[in-house]
Amino acid sequence: MSDFTSGFWPIYISVITLVSIIGTYFFLRSQTTRKLAPGEKAELIEHTWDEDLQDLNNPLPRWWLGLFYGTLLFAIGYLVLWPGLGNYAGVLKWSSLGEYEAEVKAAEARFQPVYERFLQQDIATVAADPDARAIGRNLFLTYCSQCHGSDAAGARGFPNLTDGDWLYGGDPESIQASITDGREGVMPALGDALGADGTKEVAHYVLSLSGREHDAALAAAGRPKFEENCAACHMPDGTGMQAMGAPNLTDKVWLYGGSEAAIIETIAKGRNGVMPGMAQTLGTTSNKEAKLHLLTAYVYGLGGGVAPAAEAPAQ
Amino acid sequence: MITHEKIEKNLGLLIVLTILIVSVGGLVQIVPLFFQTSTTTPVATLKPYTALQLSGRDIYIREGCVGCHSQMVRPFRAETERYGHYSVAGEYTYDRPFLWGSKRTGPDLHRVGGRYSDAWHYAHLMNPRDVVPESNMPAYPWLDRPLKDAAIQKKMRTLNIVGHGYTEEEIANAPAELEDKTEMDAIIAYLQVLGTHAPRN
Repeated sequence: MSDFTSGFWPIYISVITLVSIIGTYFFLRSQTTRKLAPGEKAELIEHTWDEDLQDLNNPLPRWWLGLFYGTLLFAIGYLVLWPGLGNYAGVLKWSSLGEYEAEVKAAEARFQPVYERFLQQDIATVAADPDARAIGRNLFLTYCSQCHGSDAAGARGFPNLTDGDWLYGGDPESIQASITDGREGVMPALGDALGADGTKEVAHYVLSLSGREHDAALAAAGRPKFEENCAACHMPDGTGMQAMGAPNLTDKVWLYGGSEAAIIETIAKGRNGVMPGMAQTLGTTSNKEAKLHLLTAYVYGLGGGVAPAAEAPAQ
Repeated sequence: MITHEKIEKNLGLLIVLTILIVSVGGLVQIVPLFFQTSTTTPVATLKPYTALQLSGRDIYIREGCVGCHSQMVRPFRAETERYGHYSVAGEYTYDRPFLWGSKRTGPDLHRVGGRYSDAWHYAHLMNPRDVVPESNMPAYPWLDRPLKDAAIQKKMRTLNIVGHGYTEEEIANAPAELEDKTEMDAIIAYLQVLGTHAPRN
């Protein structure tokens, strides 16, 4: 990076670096005394402690001197080959960005042929390919498992992707749209509008929709309230609406729990289920499109993919 | 020429020469960083943390998150594929102190902003196992308590000394912004803004 605020800094760096290398060389030379002849005793520096403890002016060991001069040579070699002296880029023209880009390019060259094959197949075909599923699983574990679980079975508030129950649609296009742009499902809080009794009545009506144990009288009282407050998104028959991400209430799948207490909490406080769009998250390289394709196919093949035509895909 | 004997016997000279030698590395490698556009100019759209985010950042520091989570995506393909664009210096202009970290027991968090929903962060901080069964991160259930940050205005004024540029209005509104918030709200607000000014892919 050569974006210094003034031209002084590259010079400042180069001068200090070179002066310290050259300076240490001359300083070391000046402190080097000649090698002693065999039997010759080094000159005594005047201290004598504890009667006989003496400080002799021995010459620096030759191996040590050699190492020091070696580091100086190494430094010069380094500064010629790699960036170090101000704005000088070095003979090798190395930069961390260049190394990163080369790494990405090499990976692209290696993986692109693999991806290319899958990109030409439709989602259902890719979903049935064991190699594609292995890649898809790795992608899923990297980008999706934190919310949807490593087995894709989800968690409370985070949809199970293996059960064939789709909030926003299970055809390839809908799955791809969910992954790319994310989803935001907003259920408003109805606690104030319905009151405590009304909330309980509606909850029992919702329990009745999927044939769960419920109080028939409360459910009957809740029905008109459901039709007035809930049917716009969940439809009059409670089967939900994928365009809104409004869940089907007549099946046995519960995103936030299917107990009376959980349903009352949902109605009273509302829910806000957000899936962030992954367009920016799916890596930084040009294989993003292929990754999206493979990930869509993996999710599609997890157990509930809905074919764009009426027919369900082979599992 | 001065002999080593002379240096060894003259304490003042020894100190001066020692300081001179050990400061060369810093003078060459650290000082020029303060005079580079890429390290001193914030990336486009980067804003100083809001009062709530700033409080959240202090909770992040208090809870020692930096001990297990780094905040620096290095320019390696393995990292950019997983986290997103590598971090650049201009993203840290308003990080005082920076929280780069040096150990990743957990994942890097510099690109965590917007990656998960607020509800996910809440569930995850209350008990990580509820959403990631394999996780070994400790739970932080106590964060679900009222946020008390009486020093927020003082903090903002102090940061203004080093050029964060909070307006008087922002400082005046800070306590109101923190009202009725929990520590959880604050740390989630902080996490959700992390790295969101990254260069786009």
